[in-house]
Amino acid sequence: MILRYSGLTEIRGSLIAVQNVRDVVYDEVVEIYLDNDTIRHGRVTQIEGDKAIIQVFEGTRFISLSNTQVRFTGKPMELALAPDILGRVFSGAGVPVDGLGELAAEKYMDVNGLPINPVSRVYPQNYICTGISSIDALITLIRGQKLPIFSSSGLKHSELAVQIVKQAKITGNEEINFAVVFAAMGVKNDVASYFQKEFRNSGVLEKVVMFLNLSNDPVIERILTPRVALTAAEYLAFDLGYHVLVIMTDMTSYAEALREFSSSKGEIPGRKGYPGYLYSDFSSIYERAGMIKNHTGSVTQIPILTMPGDDITHPIPDLTGYITEGQIVLSRNLERQGIYPAIDILPSLSRLMKDGIGEKFTREDHAILADQLFASYARVQEVRSLASVIGEDDLNENDKLYIKFGSYFEKYFINQAPTENRTIEDTLNLGWKILSILPMSELSRAKSEILEKYYVKDKELLNFEPDSELFS
Amino acid sequence: MNNEVIYGINGPVITVKNSKAFSMSEMVYIGNDRLIGEVIKLNTHETVIQSYEETGGLSPGEPVVGTGSAMSALLGPGIIGNIFDGIQRPLKKIQEVSGSFVPKGCLVNFLDDDKEWNVEITAKIDQILTEGQIYAICKETESIEHKFMIPIGVNGRVIEVRPSGSYKINDVVLRLETAGGIEDITLCQKWPIRIPRKIAKRLPIDIPLITGQRVIDSIFPIAKGGSAVLPGGFGAGKTMTQHQFAKWCDADIIVYVGCGERGNEMTQVLEEFSDLIDPKTGRPMSERTIFIANTSNMPVAAREASIYTGITLAEYYRDMGYDVAMMADSTSRWAEALREISGRLEEMPAEEGFPAYLVSRLSEFYERAGRSLNLSGSTGSITIIGAVSPQGADFSEPVTQNTKRFTRCFWALDKNLAYARHYPAVNWNMSYSEYFADLDPWFIKNVGPDFPKFRKQIIEILHEEERLMEIVKLVGEDVLPDDQKLSIETAKLIRFGFLQQNAFHKEDTFVPLLKQQEMMRIIVYLYEKVKNLITASIPIIKVIESGIFSDLTKMKYEVPNNNLKKINEYITRIDKQIERLIS
Repeated sequence: MILRYSGLTEIRGSLIAVQNVRDVVYDEVVEIYLDNDTIRHGRVTQIEGDKAIIQVFEGTRFISLSNTQVRFTGKPMELALAPDILGRVFSGAGVPVDGLGELAAEKYMDVNGLPINPVSRVYPQNYICTGISSIDALITLIRGQKLPIFSSSGLKHSELAVQIVKQAKITGNEEINFAVVFAAMGVKNDVASYFQKEFRNSGVLEKVVMFLNLSNDPVIERILTPRVALTAAEYLAFDLGYHVLVIMTDMTSYAEALREFSSSKGEIPGRKGYPGYLYSDFSSIYERAGMIKNHTGSVTQIPILTMPGDDITHPIPDLTGYITEGQIVLSRNLERQGIYPAIDILPSLSRLMKDGIGEKFTREDHAILADQLFASYARVQEVRSLASVIGEDDLNENDKLYIKFGSYFEKYFINQAPTENRTIEDTLNLGWKILSILPMSELSRAKSEILEKYYVKDKELLNFEPDSELFS
Repeated sequence: MNNEVIYGINGPVITVKNSKAFSMSEMVYIGNDRLIGEVIKLNTHETVIQSYEETGGLSPGEPVVGTGSAMSALLGPGIIGNIFDGIQRPLKKIQEVSGSFVPKGCLVNFLDDDKEWNVEITAKIDQILTEGQIYAICKETESIEHKFMIPIGVNGRVIEVRPSGSYKINDVVLRLETAGGIEDITLCQKWPIRIPRKIAKRLPIDIPLITGQRVIDSIFPIAKGGSAVLPGGFGAGKTMTQHQFAKWCDADIIVYVGCGERGNEMTQVLEEFSDLIDPKTGRPMSERTIFIANTSNMPVAAREASIYTGITLAEYYRDMGYDVAMMADSTSRWAEALREISGRLEEMPAEEGFPAYLVSRLSEFYERAGRSLNLSGSTGSITIIGAVSPQGADFSEPVTQNTKRFTRCFWALDKNLAYARHYPAVNWNMSYSEYFADLDPWFIKNVGPDFPKFRKQIIEILHEEERLMEIVKLVGEDVLPDDQKLSIETAKLIRFGFLQQNAFHKEDTFVPLLKQQEMMRIIVYLYEKVKNLITASIPIIKVIESGIFSDLTKMKYEVPNNNLKKINEYITRIDKQIERLIS
């Protein structure tokens, strides 16, 4: 039944309304024919009797009340999928844009996905070695986790994401079927091409699926982009058995698109104008990560978001942090000191870390080392604020050692080259070496056996400078 | 039944025009897929229904069918150890029917009606049974005995009774002659989730709920039948702390509601609880736990209902005479679900977009906690521990503030403590418990006469430290006189050696009250001894250098929970050191 309805009754922002329609299905896809023979796409977002309100992905510019015909397809938004999506580039709505033609679809999947039954999930426990000390030792990434990067404009989050993709090795002996899904939402052209270039340089491009909605692409399409990308990721993971790493940047643009849509719909705004259902909406994206019983693949998410005004309590990072399993927070302060990656470890956290490290996975001392580094570095902050009042010279001997520990920790442990890939052994040994700047009695977190084994008692061994080629 | 059809659809909100067929809070089936919904607003023009499932794929004109009864929980054997979604659909069953993802319109039975239970029927012919009285029992799990109670509102004389034996939940085992006619009694009953179940009378709450967590039991205790709020920003360790309570607290039954939280975390709880052994019964923890898992990506209206489903199941077991503890993680997600639905209804928002009825809903919910004499003559209790996730970790937001008004324990989780990996990150300066007066007689009688005194001293030292830290922040620790340095040093010992507790350490994850008391005794003992030294003009730096303070921080690991005598070695060591310093 291909009925086309002519004429609209209302256009408001990205929404159009059609009257006197029959058999409309909530959430179905509609095609909008303009009289210059272009077709746009939309989705039914509200029904009131015989009136349907449609969200137009490409925007409503040039649509008039009379020049338009609307066709209801009766189907929800679906994505065409086949194993050859690997290596392809799609628009933010899932249409191929790389000039390689349409995909020979083997399967269509609803982009909204379905919630994974908590009973069917497998609790993620295998750690992913990224070769980045601060992440591996302190914010360990686990396969099936969702671990966002909280960044700000001007910080090197893209570089960090690229380094993670290049160096990520998944432990375990099985043959690694590794794929990357990259979703760009409202990012600049050069950011997208930077990712593309880096993927090509490191030879993973044929394992990457890209969904690009750039900053000059239609805003409302952006609401679809993460859903489309995650549908592809779920297909690769749970149908084809890949271990998929999903990079989504920038979730802030996504949330702004959602706000624009919500306000044009006339909804009551919540905090900072974002819709009251932002949390539920975010979770419908972030919760699509994990592992499922009787399936080999996994979906690991690294969403990137820029914190407006560097404010971690802004609703976007705030609500994200409540859903994701931790966060990697970048700091402008460290960035200014020339430290890369500028990870502020104190507010950073990996919730799944505790069960994915230790003797069975990394090394027996990992948890204790991490705890002790966190505790000692937290103390460094207190000493620094004291030093800023009374001056470093007036600190007692212990506190002076904390100051030294703090700067060495930042300079040699957190700081590393974008191409440097450290093994977990190196990272853990380095951590102990730096901790050994502090007297043993200050390390209250460590059990005595572990401390005996790893603490560097011979302070002669603690000169870092000559070793600098190791850390440069 | 009726010819009501869908008129409008907006997210989870469905409207039906010009209908008088429905009543408020009635459960309905929506559309051809028979999605479950509940009537939330009625007027002559329209009926508004919230759907407990995703509404994508619905079309106007599809039927809406009323069930004639309110959203209800099904109460009977098979609840314990089960994992339900927000409206009591068993998730394992859903997995069997439809695989790893939760589809829409999945109609499964709330409880297994094929399973046979070995029931011992205690009712006798001609016996007069009143509402809430026990008429049969069976072993639901190795550790929990299920007691079947006459449904509330039914009173009568037994005119027919089946012998003890194997029955399914829908089998009629008893017939009662009541004023309104003959009533068939089966092994299950329904109860509307939004209405508290009836009790005989409330009892005073004077027994603590022992959690084995030092900062709770010793410093900010909670009573059985009490309620507590656990607010904390993300990463402050709310979920971890809730898990610890669920694992170790001395309630008979735990209802764990994962309300709008992470899927992977729910899986962790489920896996962990089937491996853990309950120290009291020697059986797996899951045999005393009921899980409700409505993760954040499951439908929002079912999230709103999950809290009520949880408390109704808790009340059912309380009525049997059990002490039940309910953990709700997190009530903020529940409040946000209220806000989301209220927004769709275009209601006038109050504070921060929350509906004006948020406050009354919160108070109604927390009032369902309590210790009571039940209709069956037994006593039982429900303790509610609600986690709150304040936006931006700002405790002045409406959910935290209003929850604080209706609970008597406030365990504030502190981001800075969590950053320093001080767990449980309960901030001792912001938290409080109002149960001291109710519980101290119990502590004195069952733990030791000095327990409240030690607590008081510990709290005083911590407060003193807080005051002194203001000065230290400005001028450093070195300028303080020795007696103040002692307070700082002792507070450090209390923080590292007492308040901080390692959930992953075999001896430290659960600590019995007696050990908690002994640890406090040792700390206070050292404090008093060193204070005397200082009056005798021995510099405190000597004491610190002797290593006695850092020695005591290890006592939590080195004194086994089952051999408290070992703690006296510390007294000997303190005495020796002190003697050495004097001479």
